[in-house]
Amino acid sequence: MPLALAAPGPHGPVIHAANRAGEEVGARPGARVVDCRSICPELRVEDAQPAQEAARLARLTFWIRRWGPFSAVDGADGLILDTTGTAHLFGGEPALLTDIQAGFARAGLTCRLALAPTRGAAWALARFGPERAICTDPLPALAPLPVAALRLSPETLLLLHRLGLKTIGDLAAILRLPLMRRFARTAPADNPLIRLDQALGRAAEPLDAPEPPAEFAAEARLAEPVMDPSDWLPGLTEQLCAGMAAQDRGCRRLCLSVFRVDGERRDIRVALAAPARDPAHLLRLFQGRLDRLDPGYGFDLIQLAAEAVEPLAQAQPALDGSAPEALALSRLVDRLVARFGAAAISRPLPQDSHIPERSEIPGPPLDDSPAPPARPDRPLRLLTPPEEIQVLYAIPEGPPAQFIWRRQTLRVARHAGPERIAPEWWQDRPGTRLRDYFRIEDDSGRRLWIYREGLAQDGRGGAPRWFLHGIFA
Amino acid sequence: MTAHPFLRGVTPFGRAPAPAVPRIATATLSEAFDSRHPLDAAAAGFVLAALPPGRVLWAQDRLSRAEFGAPFLPGTGRALLRLDLTRPADVLAALEDGLRSRALAAVVGEIHGAPPALSFTASRRLALRAETAGLPCWLIRHAARPDASAARMRWRLSALPSAPDPDDPKAPGDPRWLAELFRARGQPPSTWVARHDRAADRLDLSAPPRDRELAAPARAAGRGLA
Repeated sequence: MPLALAAPGPHGPVIHAANRAGEEVGARPGARVVDCRSICPELRVEDAQPAQEAARLARLTFWIRRWGPFSAVDGADGLILDTTGTAHLFGGEPALLTDIQAGFARAGLTCRLALAPTRGAAWALARFGPERAICTDPLPALAPLPVAALRLSPETLLLLHRLGLKTIGDLAAILRLPLMRRFARTAPADNPLIRLDQALGRAAEPLDAPEPPAEFAAEARLAEPVMDPSDWLPGLTEQLCAGMAAQDRGCRRLCLSVFRVDGERRDIRVALAAPARDPAHLLRLFQGRLDRLDPGYGFDLIQLAAEAVEPLAQAQPALDGSAPEALALSRLVDRLVARFGAAAISRPLPQDSHIPERSEIPGPPLDDSPAPPARPDRPLRLLTPPEEIQVLYAIPEGPPAQFIWRRQTLRVARHAGPERIAPEWWQDRPGTRLRDYFRIEDDSGRRLWIYREGLAQDGRGGAPRWFLHGIFA
Repeated sequence: MTAHPFLRGVTPFGRAPAPAVPRIATATLSEAFDSRHPLDAAAAGFVLAALPPGRVLWAQDRLSRAEFGAPFLPGTGRALLRLDLTRPADVLAALEDGLRSRALAAVVGEIHGAPPALSFTASRRLALRAETAGLPCWLIRHAARPDASAARMRWRLSALPSAPDPDDPKAPGDPRWLAELFRARGQPPSTWVARHDRAADRLDLSAPPRDRELAAPARAAGRGLA
C-alpha cells in the first residue's frame, strides 16, 4: 500500500516522506504530489506533522540510550549515539548494530545504521553507505561516497559539482589552499573543508547530549519575581512526594532550580543516602542551603525535581507514628551530608596494611561491618602528619631516653619495643625507610607512640629521624 | 556547725570514705576537660571507655584534629561514625542533629578552646536535647578552662603512670587516669583514679591514695626506672 506524507511547497504540496511501497512507485521526497498521483492513482497522501515527528524523535533519543550513554537528535531525521566502550556488552560491533535494528523493528520502525569513529563519517555512511556499515578508518570508507555525504547545503553542492568534485575522495585529493580561498566566506557548517575535517576526525565535533526530563517534578509559576523560595518549598515538596507515593517511588537526589528573570538558572542539589519521599525529611535537607542561592533580580519559576528515582514500597510507621527504626541512620546521614558535605562524614574501615596511615580508610557512613577488636599496641589517636622530634638515646639503635617535642623535653620512664614495620615495596617509592615503633611513657604518665625512620647505616639517607605518630589513652 | 565539718580528703580518723562512684553513662550532657597538654589523651580515652555499646557519632573541629589527632581505628576498636568538621559551631550543630536521631547510642564532640559558639545557652540546649533523647552526650574540651556551662557532669582528666604490665616490667601497661568530677548535679565533687582494663573493656574507678608517705615512693620508683 503506497503511502506518502505531503508538506506544503511553493507550488502546491510536495512529498515529505513515503514508505517503501510509495518510494517504489516514484514518490521521492521533494516530488510534487500531483505528479505522483498521476503516476500512481492509488497513492494515499496524508498531511505531514513535523512537530509530532520531532517530539517522537526526541523520545527516541532517550530510548536509544539502552545501547550507549550519550545520544542526541541529529537533524530532522537522524539520531546520533555515542557507543564508546559499550559494543562489547552486546557481543561486538556487528552484533550491536543487529541488536539496534531488531529493537527498532520491534518498535515498528525501520532505520539505517552505520558505526564510525566520527559523527560526520557515521552520518555519511548511514545515508550513502552500505547497510549496517562499520568503518574503522574514515578516509577509505568515505572516499567513494558523493560530496552530498558531507552535510552541505544544495548551493555548495552545486558549486562543488561545477568545480568537478563529485566524490569525497576527489575533495580530499586536491590542494587545500585554493579550496580555503574559494570557501572563505561560507558559514562553518557549510564549508566543505571543515565538514571534511570533521568527518575524517581532524576537527573535533562534540556531542551535546540532553539530559532526560525529570520523571517527577513540581513547579510553581509566580506572577511576580521573588527573592526567597522558602515559602513555596513546603508545597512543592508535598506535591512531589505525593506524585512519587502514587507510583511507589522514592528519590536519591533532589534538585531545586530557580529560573531568574535575567535569564539565568540556579540549582541546589541535595543527595540522600537511601531513597525517600518523606516531605518533612526532604524539606529539612534544604535548611541552610537556601542562603547560598543567588537570586539576582528575583525569579519567577521554581522547580523541584526528583533525580535518581528508585522503587520504594510503602513502609509501615511505628505505633507512635514515627518513621521505622532502620531509616533513622540514613536520615541522619542525609542531614549531616546536606549540611557539611559528603566528604566530612565517614565510617573508618580496616585495611590489610601494617603501615598505620594505610591501616584504615574512610568508608561509606552506612556501612555496618563490625570493627576489629582494639589492639593494645596501637594508639587511640593518630597524628597526621607525624611530628618530628629530637631524641637522645643512651645506646645507639637502642630505646630513647629523652626527647624534645615542640621545644618541650619529655623524659622516657617506660618503653616497649621496637616493633619494626617494613615499607610496602609494592606501593612505596624505592628508598623508603623502615620504621621502628616504640611505645613509651613519660614520667607524668603520657603514653606515646614514636618511631625511628630508618637505620644508621642503611644507605637510604643520613642519620635516622624520629617522629611522634600517636597518643595512647 | 556546718553541714560539712571537715575539709575534703581530711578526716580526723585516718582515711576519708571513698565517694560513691557516679553513673558515668547517664543520658545527659557531660564534659571532659583534658589537662591542656596535647600529648595527654586521657579525656578521649576516658570518654571512649565510658561509652555504651552501639553506634557512636564522633565529631571533631579542625583544631582538635590538627593538634590532638584523630581517633585511630586499630587502637579504639570501634567503628565510630566520624565527622571531620571545621568550626566548633558545626560540631554543636552536628551533635544536635545526632541527638535527634534514634540510630545512635551516644554522641561525642571535640572542641578546641573556648569558642563563642559554645555559650551557656548552647550547652543548655545540648543538655536538654540529650535528656529528651535519652542519649549520653559528651563534649571533650581541649585546651580549655572550665567556664559557665549547663553540663550535668564535668570531669577533668589527666594521665597517671600506667598500671604495671604483667609480662614486661619496663613496658607501659593498662592506662590509668586521675578523674576529677569537679561539678555534678546531686553529687559532691570528688576525685578517683580511673583504670581502664582493656582486656575486659571495663572502667574501674577507685579512691586515690591519700597517704602522702605511701604515694610518694611509688612516684619516685616510677622515675627511677628511666
